[in-house]
Order: sequence, then C-alpha cells, then structure tokens
Amino acid sequence: MTEFTPLTSLIGGALIGISAVLLMAFNGRIAGISGMASRVLPPWDSKNEFGWRLSFLIGIMSAPLIFRMITGQAPDQSVSDNIPLMIAAGLLVGFGSVFGNGCTSGHGVCGMARLSRRSIVATATFMSTAFVTVFIVRHVMGG
Amino acid sequence: MNKSVVGFIFGLIFGLGLIISGMSNPAKVLNFLDLSGTWDPSLAFVMGGAVIVTYLGYASVLKRKAPLFAESFLIPTSTELDSRLITGAALFGIGWGLGGYCPGPAFTSLPLAATGTLYFVPAMLAGMWAGRIMPTLIRQTTSP
Repeated sequence: MTEFTPLTSLIGGALIGISAVLLMAFNGRIAGISGMASRVLPPWDSKNEFGWRLSFLIGIMSAPLIFRMITGQAPDQSVSDNIPLMIAAGLLVGFGSVFGNGCTSGHGVCGMARLSRRSIVATATFMSTAFVTVFIVRHVMGG
Repeated sequence: MNKSVVGFIFGLIFGLGLIISGMSNPAKVLNFLDLSGTWDPSLAFVMGGAVIVTYLGYASVLKRKAPLFAESFLIPTSTELDSRLITGAALFGIGWGLGGYCPGPAFTSLPLAATGTLYFVPAMLAGMWAGRIMPTLIRQTTSP
C-alpha cells in the first residue's frame, strides 16, 4: 500500500510542468529525459547541445540532495531488489523509450501538452502495456 | 554556458517535482498501475498537473519568435504513426511495469543508491545506447 497523495502529487506535477515550460522558453527544447540521456551517450551529434543536456541530468540527480537539505529527510522510496528483474526492466525502459522517441516526459507530458498525435498514441501504448505487465506480475503470476 | 546553467536549474526543479509528487518512488508508480489491486491514483494527478501547466505555458512561450538562449524552438513535426513508435512505446511500458521506473525518476533516484536502482540505471543506459544505434543498423541492413 502507498498513501493517496493528490495535493503533493499535483504540486510535484506542476513543478515538472514549470521546468518543461522554462526549458522551452530559454533553450527552445522539449524536456524529454530519454532524449537528453541518449544523446549524452555516444555517438555525439551536436557539441552545442551536449552541455545543457548533461547539466539538466546533473540537476535531476542533485534533487534528492537538495530535498534532504531542505526537509532534513531522504525522499521516501521502495525499490525492488530483484536484480535480474531490475536489469531486464532497465534494458526495456532504455531501449523502448529511445527507439520510440520518448518516455513519460517527452511523450507523456510535453507531447500530450502539444496535443501531438504521435505522443498521444505512444502514451496510450506504454500506459496499456504497463497496466497489463503489472496485472500479469501481481495477479496472474502472483508475484 | 548560459544554456547549461539554466539547464541545471530546470533539471533540479524537474527532479524536485518528481520527488514531491511521489513519482521517484517505484512502489507508488506500480500501485498506480495496479488497477485491480492496491490502486493509488496519485500518478494521475502528477501527469494531470504537469500536462496542464505545460499546455498553458507552451501556449504563451511559443507565441515568441525565439527562445532566450537559442536561435529557434525545436519542436517535433512528424505526425506519422510508424511501427517504431508503437514498438518502442510498448517495450518501454513493459519495462516501466516491471521496475516502476521511467528514465527521469531513475536518474533522480541514483544518489539514493538503492540496490535495484544501481542495477536499473546502467541497464537503462545500455538499452538507450542500443536504441540509438538500432535505427542505423536497420537502415544499413535493409538498404541494398
């Protein structure tokens, strides 16, 4: 069980939206995490875009440290320690998001906000396979 | 340089959004995806809040001629629903449903150093690299 948190979830979601809007206003780019991360990896195509992509990712990774400085506590999380499962999940998330040109941020937030046909279809697709996967793992296999 | 400085700040805001919303907790994400079990609807509020703010913000930002630190806005223009889009999204969703992590929350969680995260992130980076080079390989093998 996790607690239903409509207010903090809405506030956190709004912060994600504010970040996406500011990135567009200043750098003119979509806030897609899989796109940024995959282009920080070789082969490098644009020196001009490398710096901000890397610093955005460093910013994302600094968030728990800042959160801890402000609130005095580490972010609450519970992560599976099933290592083969997490490796398989990582490979699928990495490959799928880059092959399909976007993840929850690029398609799910920025693309949906632009009413992009590709992003709406992609979001419906990954939500569907995610629902089915959790159903199979938790209720069919009983994991 | 300017682009990198603001990039860091916006990344930090994004990461704090992921933490405050609860999206950096895979258990919460998996409970959102578990409609017929321990359903936690919180994630719908994260997505809803993010999409509404982005929709309204983009509408005003994109009226400008250009961004502040770049020559032009770079917005995807393709509308084609190809098999690559569907295949990629489907595989991504399976991985998301297995681990409870999508790329943003996985990066944010890295310094928290949970065992599962320390295996997930390198695997995700390997998958991303494969996803980058795969389209080139497909083009090379299908062209005469």
